[in-house]
Amino acid sequence: MAWSDTYEMVCGVETHVELATKSKIFCGCTTEFGGEQNTHVCAVCSGLPGVLPVLNKEVVNLAIKAGLALNGEIAEFSKFDRKNYYYPDLPKNYQTSQYDLPICKNGWLEITVDGAKKRIGITRAHMEEDAGKLVHSGETITSSDESYVDYNRTGVPLLEIVSEPDLRSIAEVVAYLEQLVQILDYTQVSDCRLEQGSVRFDINVSLRPKGTSDLGTRTETKNLNSFASVRHCMEYETERQAEVLDAGDKVVQETRTWDEGKGITISLRSKEEAHDYRYFPEPDLVPLVIERSWVEEIRRTLPELPTERRMRYESLGLSEYDAGVLTSSRALADFFDEALSRYADAKILTNWVMGEFLRLLKANQQSVLDSPISPVQLAELLELIDKGSISGKIAKGVLEDMYATGKDAALIIKEKGLGQISDEAALAEIVEQVIAAHPQSVEDYRAGKERAIGFLVGQIMKATKGQANPSLVNKLLKEKLS
Amino acid sequence: MVKFVKISRQAVEHVALLARLELSEQEIGTYTEQLNTILDYAAILEKLDTSEVQPTAHAVPLHNVLREDEVRVSMPQEKVLQNAPDAENGFFRVPKIV
Ligand SMILES: [Zn+2]
Repeated sequence: MAWSDTYEMVCGVETHVELATKSKIFCGCTTEFGGEQNTHVCAVCSGLPGVLPVLNKEVVNLAIKAGLALNGEIAEFSKFDRKNYYYPDLPKNYQTSQYDLPICKNGWLEITVDGAKKRIGITRAHMEEDAGKLVHSGETITSSDESYVDYNRTGVPLLEIVSEPDLRSIAEVVAYLEQLVQILDYTQVSDCRLEQGSVRFDINVSLRPKGTSDLGTRTETKNLNSFASVRHCMEYETERQAEVLDAGDKVVQETRTWDEGKGITISLRSKEEAHDYRYFPEPDLVPLVIERSWVEEIRRTLPELPTERRMRYESLGLSEYDAGVLTSSRALADFFDEALSRYADAKILTNWVMGEFLRLLKANQQSVLDSPISPVQLAELLELIDKGSISGKIAKGVLEDMYATGKDAALIIKEKGLGQISDEAALAEIVEQVIAAHPQSVEDYRAGKERAIGFLVGQIMKATKGQANPSLVNKLLKEKLS
Repeated sequence: MVKFVKISRQAVEHVALLARLELSEQEIGTYTEQLNTILDYAAILEKLDTSEVQPTAHAVPLHNVLREDEVRVSMPQEKVLQNAPDAENGFFRVPKIV
């Protein structure tokens, strides 16, 4: 029996997003990923005494932009607070964050699971600084005798987005995260490179007997950075909690960590009272007063968001599935739109983008942004098919050459002599030769065996190395055989 | 008017733990007494009528002190690590965490 027969899951997610600024939140150190350890560090972000942080204006701009895209209320008055705790990745022994006056509150986004739409509340979004990175001597933090600290990431601006506990299934959680990351990608608030840790998820989950409304005791699993690990972690953690409850025991409220290698969550429980953060207003930073004109200025820069774009594509006659794939990243949707501005048949374009184009990207392990084929070049190829210059079949090979060389379709067709034979006189001659060489098939066809014509077409295509215009071949054959 | 809750020995032990301070039994007694004296003194403020006063977020009447998003040169690695109690290979080295 599955646990979901007995229990209902209640889940909320905290998402940490690295904002796409050039410099850190309170100092001029670069936010660039990587770099030799402890080389993107200064007196401010390493927390030396006597330094003063100064807030990066772009962090506020991006936080407002994300807040608006998530349908949130932007605060008129906002401030920073110190969150106090000891951990080696935090050089100041406190994190500069926001407590009671976050920049954004009361947002929401809409997810679709199994065709059903559901609105997921976003309690708040606040600005804070990222911590440093720990490298452990052992395989995991609990099995390590010592750890190594790199403070390059310390002070990189984060937006922490806290959802309401509105999520009731793993499918809903994944749909929420996918939708959230899409919005952050479309608004270019973050580079959304999950594999580099620029978006990280903390999953709060509890179970309660079906039909009851009191919340069960939850656990929090921190720092997941892919949709797949969220899914696996939640499958494990819900199963684990169900076993604890089935045995009549109580779930312990605690922080856990996901061990990807072993596929289990591990308790990070400590005897010390880790969750007493003693927030107080940050005396080194003055508050923010956010005029409505500032908010409106940013609202005007909001792009078309994924939901709006999906609806526009569906109105062009694309299926819900196709519209979903095309809008899965802003880069792909932008590629499609640019090609569409040149080549108006949305359905044919969709087939090529979702078929051959994505296949080539996948085979070469590249993203749309790395594509050697521009949207205009793809549109030109499709125009050449429509004009009858090449067949669809030949065009697939041309697209592969375009991918490999970056050349235009017309040039490749010319260089390789791939142009379709649409010259009626030239084709007629070949058609006659084929008819003369296969009297049996001609006889079969005249005797009513329609299929025999397929063989003759095949022979003509073979003789022309596939370059004969197929509709012209059919027309000529029928004329000559009738 | 709100009366301050007295600081108990347990509260002092708790704060000491959070601040990673090791206190002797005698010190816990001393600090419990001293902290209560300090709070009693601060309680004088409770006599003021603040019902019409907005909560103060900052003592300095300034807001929106912002800088442009410009990258500046960071410190060289050896300076960053200069005061590290222990370092290796460009990293700070720290003892077992959990
Ligand atoms: Zn710095």
